[in-house]
Amino acid sequence: MAENVTPRVRVPETATAGEAVLIKTLISHPMESGQRKDAQGNTIPRSIINRFTCDFNGQNVIDVTLEPAISTNPYFEFEAQVNESGTFVFTWYDDDGSVYEERKEIAVS
Amino acid sequence: MRQAARLFGSGALLALLMAGSGSADPDHDDLIVNGEIDMIERAPAPPYVEAFDEIISGWSFRSDETQALQMDDFDNPGMLGVERARVMFDTPMGSGGQACSSCHETPEALRGVRATYPKWDEERQTVQTVEMQVNECLTERMGAEPLGYDSPEMVDMAALIASVSRGMVVNVAIDGPARPVWEQGRELYYTRFGQLELACANCHEDNAGRMIRADHLSQGQINGFPTYRLNNAALISVHNRFRGCIRDTRAETFPVGSPELVALELYVASRGNGLTVEGPAVRN
Repeated sequence: MAENVTPRVRVPETATAGEAVLIKTLISHPMESGQRKDAQGNTIPRSIINRFTCDFNGQNVIDVTLEPAISTNPYFEFEAQVNESGTFVFTWYDDDGSVYEERKEIAVS
Repeated sequence: MRQAARLFGSGALLALLMAGSGSADPDHDDLIVNGEIDMIERAPAPPYVEAFDEIISGWSFRSDETQALQMDDFDNPGMLGVERARVMFDTPMGSGGQACSSCHETPEALRGVRATYPKWDEERQTVQTVEMQVNECLTERMGAEPLGYDSPEMVDMAALIASVSRGMVVNVAIDGPARPVWEQGRELYYTRFGQLELACANCHEDNAGRMIRADHLSQGQINGFPTYRLNNAALISVHNRFRGCIRDTRAETFPVGSPELVALELYVASRGNGLTVEGPAVRN
């Protein structure tokens, strides 16, 4: 079970219609690969964020499958074209079944 | 001596250029964090630093990609530690039921601390680091257990204390009662350690700016500590870094928090007088 998992998102508060806005996301997570062994030689169980999605007003923007080689605190930066005001919903899926969600409003003029 | 060193330096640079491997000099990019904190990456060397005319932040030796990570707090993984420490700052610890914030209100009240530490402590008659000061608060004022000198919690707290002083000019006092400790630190800096018989100065003075295999040797400034090292994917304290360097000379190292490393920290910090506090910086 991963501890201290905190999602962070940066989305501009305003944009003009049709603009591609820059979105940055980061989630603090150890991303234990499942390949490492502890001091006693036992395999440390895999514990990663395995999927990340971003939706805007119900429409999918990005859907990512994460693999064990991705390093700790996975960071995503991408652009999304916005034509109307609305809400971005960001979702991270953990191996342990936890789902972390973050929402950001954007006002489009 | 100084003249000779410079001539030798420029000769080596010329050879590098002729070999077509490009300049290994630090760049002249401008470090502005969050678009508002303007750092001093280059400053005139203090008079006691004879090897250089100019002191240069380690940031200038890093690649553009690594540099970019420090220019925005959102991108700087070291800020995750700062956030954790902000929670700890408000959490009551120890028998008195007090938190750091009971006395200091906000971390911002500690602005300026990082820029002058390590510092002579009149009450204790010793040079104190930020870490020693944190543990003094914990044990003597709050009735709590001390944190491990190099524990993740302590490094996070040191990063928080550094972060609120970012942009302030490092100004460590080396005169008065701190002088003998500073001289001990200088002695250590020029002492060759380990099977490889390397002193700090062999890499960070004699060869600063050159490549050591794939790595670009900096002047070994510590104004960016605690530093998020990509190598470790974690915040690293300055004593941890000192130990790493000494270990790489194949020597037995001093423990974290030892008088030797405190003296070395004071001396190395004073070599950066004139640069700005950058911690938590991002380095290789």
